[in-house]
Amino acid sequence: MTAAPDAPPTATVLQGVRPLGADPVDLVLDGGVVTEVAAPGSAARDGARVVDGRGLVALPGLVDLHTHLREPGREDAETVETGSRAAALGGFTAVHAMANTAPVADTAGVVEQVWRLGRAAGWTDVRPVGAVTVGLDGERLAELGAMADSAAAVRVFSDDGRCVHDAVLMRRALEYVRAFDGVVAQHAQEPRLTEGAQMHEGEVSAVLGLRGWPAVAEEAVIARDMLLADHVGSRLHVCHLSTAGSVELVRWGKARGIAVTAEVTPHHLLLTDELVRGYDPVYKVNPPLRTAADVEALREGVADGTIDVVATDHAPHAVEDKDCEWAAAAMGMTGLETALSVVVAALVEPGHLDWAGVARVMSAAPATIGRVEHQGRPLAVGEPANVVLVDPGARRVVEVAAHASRGRNSPFAGLELPGRVVATVLGGHPVVLDGALASPRPDAGRHPGGW
Amino acid sequence: MSSAALRPVMGAPEISRALSRIAHELLERNHGPEGLLLLGIPRRGAPLARRLGERLVAVEPALAGVDPSALTGSLDVTMHRDDLRRHPARAPWPTQVPPGGVDDRVVVLVDDVLSTGRTVRAALDALSDLGRPRAVRLAVLVDRGHRELPIRADHVGKNLPTSSRERVRVLLEETDGSDAVVIEAPEGGEGP
Amino acid sequence: MRHLLSAADLSREQAVHLLDVAEQMAATQQREIKKLPALRGRTVVNLFFEDSTRTRTSFEAAAKRLSADVITFSAKGSSVSKGESLKDTAMTLEAIGADAVVVRHSASGAPHRLATSGWIRAGVLNAGDGTHEHPTQALLDAFTLRRALRGGAGAGTGTDLAGARVVVVGDVLHSRVARSNVLLLHTLGARVTLVAPPTLLPVGVGAWPCEVATDLDAALAGSGGARPDAVMALRVQLERMDAAYFPSAREYSRRYGVDGRRLALLPDHAVLLHPGPMNRGLEISADAADGVRSRIVEQVANGVATRMAALYLMLAGEDAA
Repeated sequence: MTAAPDAPPTATVLQGVRPLGADPVDLVLDGGVVTEVAAPGSAARDGARVVDGRGLVALPGLVDLHTHLREPGREDAETVETGSRAAALGGFTAVHAMANTAPVADTAGVVEQVWRLGRAAGWTDVRPVGAVTVGLDGERLAELGAMADSAAAVRVFSDDGRCVHDAVLMRRALEYVRAFDGVVAQHAQEPRLTEGAQMHEGEVSAVLGLRGWPAVAEEAVIARDMLLADHVGSRLHVCHLSTAGSVELVRWGKARGIAVTAEVTPHHLLLTDELVRGYDPVYKVNPPLRTAADVEALREGVADGTIDVVATDHAPHAVEDKDCEWAAAAMGMTGLETALSVVVAALVEPGHLDWAGVARVMSAAPATIGRVEHQGRPLAVGEPANVVLVDPGARRVVEVAAHASRGRNSPFAGLELPGRVVATVLGGHPVVLDGALASPRPDAGRHPGGW
Repeated sequence: MSSAALRPVMGAPEISRALSRIAHELLERNHGPEGLLLLGIPRRGAPLARRLGERLVAVEPALAGVDPSALTGSLDVTMHRDDLRRHPARAPWPTQVPPGGVDDRVVVLVDDVLSTGRTVRAALDALSDLGRPRAVRLAVLVDRGHRELPIRADHVGKNLPTSSRERVRVLLEETDGSDAVVIEAPEGGEGP
Repeated sequence: MRHLLSAADLSREQAVHLLDVAEQMAATQQREIKKLPALRGRTVVNLFFEDSTRTRTSFEAAAKRLSADVITFSAKGSSVSKGESLKDTAMTLEAIGADAVVVRHSASGAPHRLATSGWIRAGVLNAGDGTHEHPTQALLDAFTLRRALRGGAGAGTGTDLAGARVVVVGDVLHSRVARSNVLLLHTLGARVTLVAPPTLLPVGVGAWPCEVATDLDAALAGSGGARPDAVMALRVQLERMDAAYFPSAREYSRRYGVDGRRLALLPDHAVLLHPGPMNRGLEISADAADGVRSRIVEQVANGVATRMAALYLMLAGEDAA
């Protein structure tokens, strides 16, 4: 196959890359799949794009189980286009777009719209999450089946930002989504215990005079939900665990054989409530930053497999929603463009995870939980060509102004973090090269699965 | 520190004689002790005022048995200074005026060193916030010149011509442990 | 002193110095002409997002007696209540040329935000933020205590409160006064015991530099025979009852109200403080509030002198501190 002289190459050779940190190989990608894994320097393709990947670690494209793209409704904070760009730069070849948009993604119409916007953007595979209840109001089930059957093929349902606190409703949701192999991703937050809550309840909140957010408000819901899932024989996914107690509960649930999976955000793996002392709302997030002991427990939870997934909870906000006093500020932090670096800092460098572990918690496990075909697969012949190349030795200072996300609310701004995404390949097409956006996938829409 | 050379110009006996002379001058000028009120400008003007008060009581028969504290007090000028903004915020000193206040008294402002006149200007402002004296006079232990305002002293312990690079320091028993007046010159000799 | 955001900003030396300056300020307030020229040409903005006539008036009097130009910016009826952001309000004040902003806000940390966000260059003085702190209240309380325990006006100059025992009783959880007092009184060497029903103590209070108790009578009886030198009753809002912090006003005042009987447990020299406004019959009885131990009216007068000292130390010196 020979391309015309000025036509873009269809094949890509990733030269000398180290799959999951192992010995160097050449990866040949063609037609959207991995066609060859060869000894370094041996693979050659006429007319193929060659990427010098010497020294870089190759991982399957990252899959974010928890992203807020804000469109429709808050396009001033983020759009599917800008969020997708941020995802690609962060090494994500798939993101799950949360349902708390305006209108809420609680109908087939809204999820299909988001899915189409994602395909049109072409930077990453946008997988809409459907709301569990109408309007996230926690009163009536949304049309979960319709969303599952739509072009968006929704498999993850969540009222994220709100908790499905009604036990009966939660039970029904857990049961109902079994019909199409869906999963309920619960934002575990007992609402009465967290009325007006501003930060983790503990020594720091006592000093700062900010209404406390007790760990028990998260843990009690996780315990209840696991028992419910066990009772009805459904799988349960717990969003953004933030406390040591939550880790312990999930560990117990898994030991008991409950089909529970759990996620943690990069920021909960690195930051603590001590940062709130300056009252800078960039550190205001839901669930709140906890203590150093919680951070340690979360890291251990990832290391021993209790926590399945690291997901960003990328939550961009308009500048004015953070440029204010703490109580008035919106909750959330951006994360897509820093997630991998934070995982390297919090989990790889301290020895909790190797690169295979990173691939597991940031690609394979989230793809499995979200039932995302063609993602999170091994880097082997015949597998989909979703690849991210990481320079493990690079260190960079996080510059928020350079982020593709519209959100400027990164808690990591100014921090020097290890690891840098050099290239992201989506379905065989390099969307990021040399650490910068290259071009969106031109054949978007050709694959019904969206990859 | 060797960066400054100290040159003593008055000792305890000279200071004592100067104060005694000023006390006599005050009585002479005022035709007696009637209405006299000595207000020292903190920090070192305050003990000087006190000493002058004691001398008045000692030499003036009309004041026999009078408590010197009825004639003396202190007047803080910190908040009236025109250079307040040029330094870190300074703590004000106490202002103490004997019962009866300053109205219709002959107030003698007492300070250790008269130089630019700015402290005295501030003192005149501070004084007017306390009331309306019949007259105001100024007594200083040392007049070193370099006036920047049209102010002169009525009573001077010693005129001390100095270079602007030199500092005149008055040390008193009450504040510094012993009495002395010294000139502090920066190392490297006199200025032009 | 660039800003005064928290009582924790003050070292022992700074706190004693501020109290000493307040003594000098108090002395000037006995004169016929109370006005001092120290802050002539300086502009102090009172930015009150929360109604508080007493605190606002106290700061206004303090700034005016130091000859500052005072601009009062009340949230009520202004653009602030129409949704203008703290940032835009701050930038308006910057444009006006404020040298210091005295801010009262319902959000904890709002003064901190004003001071550190780069919106304004003015010094920021926290006049009470949410349930965080109220440092000038603690300073005036310390001033009142020092006078009471050291023998009156001026007598305590240069001293701290080493060895003094202070019981603070009431709604600690929601009290900015309690937080500032614990920090400042501890800095000054006093031993503080907080007394409250467990529902009105914050989780994490164990890390504060004080003792914590739930039995007022036991706290007043003292430990090892050392009885308190002062009792401070905190305001309790009746709405707390609806949120199940305590069952009834009657039960609260029975267990935690300061009354004549409880004051009689104290040594003769002990005094009673209250930051005001009082709920007579709830946290404090009328006979206690009006009794001989009460220093509540003095606190108000001392508030002006203390705030004069704070404004003076913030603004009288050179700009670059």
